[in-house]
Amino acid sequence: MTAVKSMGFFHALKKYRAYYLLALPGLLYLLIFRYVPMAGLVIAFKDISPFSGIQGILTQPFVGFRWFQKFFHSYYFWNILGNTIGIRLQWILFGFPVPIILALSLNEVMSGGYKRVIQTVSYIPYFFSSVVVAGLVMTILTTEGGLVNNILRLLGREPVMFLASPKYFRSILVVTYIWQGAGWGSIVYLAAITGIDPQLYESAGLDGAGRFQKAVHITVPCIASIIVLLLILNIGNLLEAGFEIIFLLYSEPVYKVADVIDTYVYRSGLIGMQYSFATAVGLFKSIVAMILLILADFTAKRLDQPGLF
Amino acid sequence: MRKRNRITAFDVLNWLFLALVALACIIPFITVIGTSLVSQEEWSRRSAFVLFPEKIDFSAYRVLLGNSQIVFRGLLNSVERVLIGTACNLLVTITYAYVISRKRLPGRIFLTYVLFFTMIFNGGLIPTYILVDSLRLTNSFWALVLPTLLNPWWLLIMRNFFAAIPEEFEEAAVIDGAKPTMILVQLILPMSLASVATIGLFYAVHHWNEWFAAFIYINDGQKLPLQVILRSILIQGLMTESDAVVDIRTMPPSQSIKNALIVITTLPILMVYPFVQRYFVKGVMVGGIKG
Repeated sequence: MTAVKSMGFFHALKKYRAYYLLALPGLLYLLIFRYVPMAGLVIAFKDISPFSGIQGILTQPFVGFRWFQKFFHSYYFWNILGNTIGIRLQWILFGFPVPIILALSLNEVMSGGYKRVIQTVSYIPYFFSSVVVAGLVMTILTTEGGLVNNILRLLGREPVMFLASPKYFRSILVVTYIWQGAGWGSIVYLAAITGIDPQLYESAGLDGAGRFQKAVHITVPCIASIIVLLLILNIGNLLEAGFEIIFLLYSEPVYKVADVIDTYVYRSGLIGMQYSFATAVGLFKSIVAMILLILADFTAKRLDQPGLF
Repeated sequence: MRKRNRITAFDVLNWLFLALVALACIIPFITVIGTSLVSQEEWSRRSAFVLFPEKIDFSAYRVLLGNSQIVFRGLLNSVERVLIGTACNLLVTITYAYVISRKRLPGRIFLTYVLFFTMIFNGGLIPTYILVDSLRLTNSFWALVLPTLLNPWWLLIMRNFFAAIPEEFEEAAVIDGAKPTMILVQLILPMSLASVATIGLFYAVHHWNEWFAAFIYINDGQKLPLQVILRSILIQGLMTESDAVVDIRTMPPSQSIKNALIVITTLPILMVYPFVQRYFVKGVMVGGIKG
């Protein structure tokens, strides 16, 4: 590397230009479609709307933190922040253990064929688009011949409009997330289990440990580090509540429990045309998310894990 | 009989548990197939949820694929997007991944950090929307390809694949006077076809399933991909912003039409899925938890 440094920038540029040309399309993409929008965040500190023309990005005066103050003082701030974190925490609480249990259970299956069939089937929901998943949820829950309402009818109960009910909406969301991601999520744990030294099981077997005991006392401790790492990563993504499924399923009656930062940015920005305000809300999210991710990485490294990056 | 082959109550319970999990994963989709094949007559007679119809009726599919230009058009748009989009993605991802995988290249740290920073921070929805709009990409096919031309996570997975190839191969080629592009095309790519296929499949599935970009950037109903058309038809009745489905609106979509469209939208994925599944799993394994 010292040789490289003394070589000088232009000399290196010339000598390795074929490589730099290869990287050029990607670099141009990153600069134009990733970094220009970052520079565009400046509109969070100006007053831009589609009506005043977006050339105002350069000419309009700065308005300071006006939009942030407006957001922090509005009713929506605590509501959507609470919803975003609430949905994510509910998702972690109920969803995080599911792939682990699934992987442990799959690991106990001796027949390779049965295991493969179950794995193949359980990965399928992951490949459905969010529109299809939302469509499946609507089909099952509709009051016009949906599965759940038919069961209720057989039990002599009144049909329920589940997706319009603040009481049920979040549980439906969390169940949907778990349904779509649990099978796929188990792959990482299965891979970790494959790496466990078989001798550990053999010596435990000699000590008279049963299958269940082996799973609890050998398998789980051996994959504990990856469990911790994924949990930290999950907490680092605290502000990701799953925009697309919420956007597809929610409606005005459930805004109170389902409106999250991303849906609010979409509605205030692209529907309400408040570009500057919505950008400020989005910037708030991006900054908090970045801090959370860096903290998560730091925590993982303190625990002697490889970290996220 | 050896001890480890004995089937215990634990095994049976475990099999049952996993069978229930597998059923839970596919039952919703089977009911969708069932409902899509129900005739109007049977639907109104049973007026209940249908797992297996008494008589199989394809009229919902006939309406969607025969009478409705918009669904057929959407199907073509989606196929076009998958083919062209994935090709562009791969081109940019492979070249960039190759360059940052060269361990002794000056500037590769800088190029890696330029990529890496986009993984933890982004401009967000509105600035990106304004950019696409200012570039006059709105309502154009390229609005669906260019803003997501590469996925940093998948690019890093590919970088790891390339970095794992022993450097001696390349050094020998360099001594023979080969240029980087030639080395990439003639040496590196043939050695990493499986990984390129894996990442290509990730991109292809993304393009087939993605709808939000098309939803916000495309107004012309003729250019919409299938997922957006499905969304309009599913949501119709809950919202009234679906101006894309004019010719279906004249005839109220029944449950079977909605379900048939879900099947049409999902079938291509399900058809290739069994063959490509192992590539996906491999991709996740190699990418580790960071993918």
